[in-house]
Amino acid sequence: MSEHIHDPANITNPEHADHHIVSPLQYTYVFVALLVGTILTVVAAKIELGIFNPIVALAIACTKAVIVILFFMHVYYQSKLIKLTVASGFLTFLVLVTLALSDYMSRAWGLW
Amino acid sequence: MDNAIAVAPDTHAEDHHHAALPQLRHHFETEEQQREAGTFGMWLFLLTEIMFFGGMFFAYLLYRNWYYDAFVVASNQLSIPLGGTNTAVLITSGFFMALGVWAAEVRKKGLLVLFLVLTIAFGAVFLGIKYVEYHEKWEKHHVPGASYDIKEFVNPHAYGLNEKPLPPDMAQKTQIFFSLYFAMTGMHALHMIIGIGLLFWLLARAQRGDFSSGYVAPIENFGLYWHFVDIVWLFLFPLLYLINRHPV
Repeated sequence: MSEHIHDPANITNPEHADHHIVSPLQYTYVFVALLVGTILTVVAAKIELGIFNPIVALAIACTKAVIVILFFMHVYYQSKLIKLTVASGFLTFLVLVTLALSDYMSRAWGLW
Repeated sequence: MDNAIAVAPDTHAEDHHHAALPQLRHHFETEEQQREAGTFGMWLFLLTEIMFFGGMFFAYLLYRNWYYDAFVVASNQLSIPLGGTNTAVLITSGFFMALGVWAAEVRKKGLLVLFLVLTIAFGAVFLGIKYVEYHEKWEKHHVPGASYDIKEFVNPHAYGLNEKPLPPDMAQKTQIFFSLYFAMTGMHALHMIIGIGLLFWLLARAQRGDFSSGYVAPIENFGLYWHFVDIVWLFLFPLLYLINRHPV
């Protein structure tokens, strides 16, 4: 008992992140990066890359999405709880896609 | 001390006085705790939105692999200038939303109102361009259903299109592309319409000064929603508009 602080309401939780204010200048950097990413994705689509076209397109889209999530949505400055929550959502989506896709690929013979 | 809860003296209530501030409701201990609880709840909602849009993204993935030829020609019917402009317009709207959060955080009421108005304006421009695109599809009978017309896909050269002619059964599969196109961009647009409705409500409250004295949560959490809708579009644009734009 002596080792622990009596803190049932979790007031002194060291995990609490301070309210970080992102500056307009930082937002402007993100904004420019997103516009550049949009131009890049159009340019990349016009180049013949074979199987890599959709991969490049998704890579650019994922990069843009991560930038939005980290800075526009402030996840970079949030507590580990929030970071874990966000990551778990995307991970669950990927798990569901993988399972559903493996189901289709192992059943619908002839279409793959 | 066999029962710490019963024995521990409750000095907590005398330690501090709970003021009746919207950013510190009486059932929270600190403003930070309330803020984190709100952010956590908002993200849980957004995770359900990932699953909601995720189902449609999966359907897209599957049918794109099955009927790739139909997806290519149908996708090439969409306009890159309009889609690309709309992407930039939506990013701009999200940028002003982010600035709105900043304005609320530094308690600048006038700037917050201005940024919310700009967020609404760019959101409305997006929907306007979307309407132009939908209208064109309607006129060309490219809306799936009884009056759907496959002539441009079966006989593209007669319509000045530099595409591979599709056999009629594959040409019919372009309806699947357009079904997904309307379902995904339509649900995205519905989210934006709901968002713009909420923005007007936030605008009225911002005008009243609700968010200029340290209470930022509604602006911040709505910002999360608005940025999430942006992210959905960041994936929709390359996946729907840019499937195969490099005919060999």
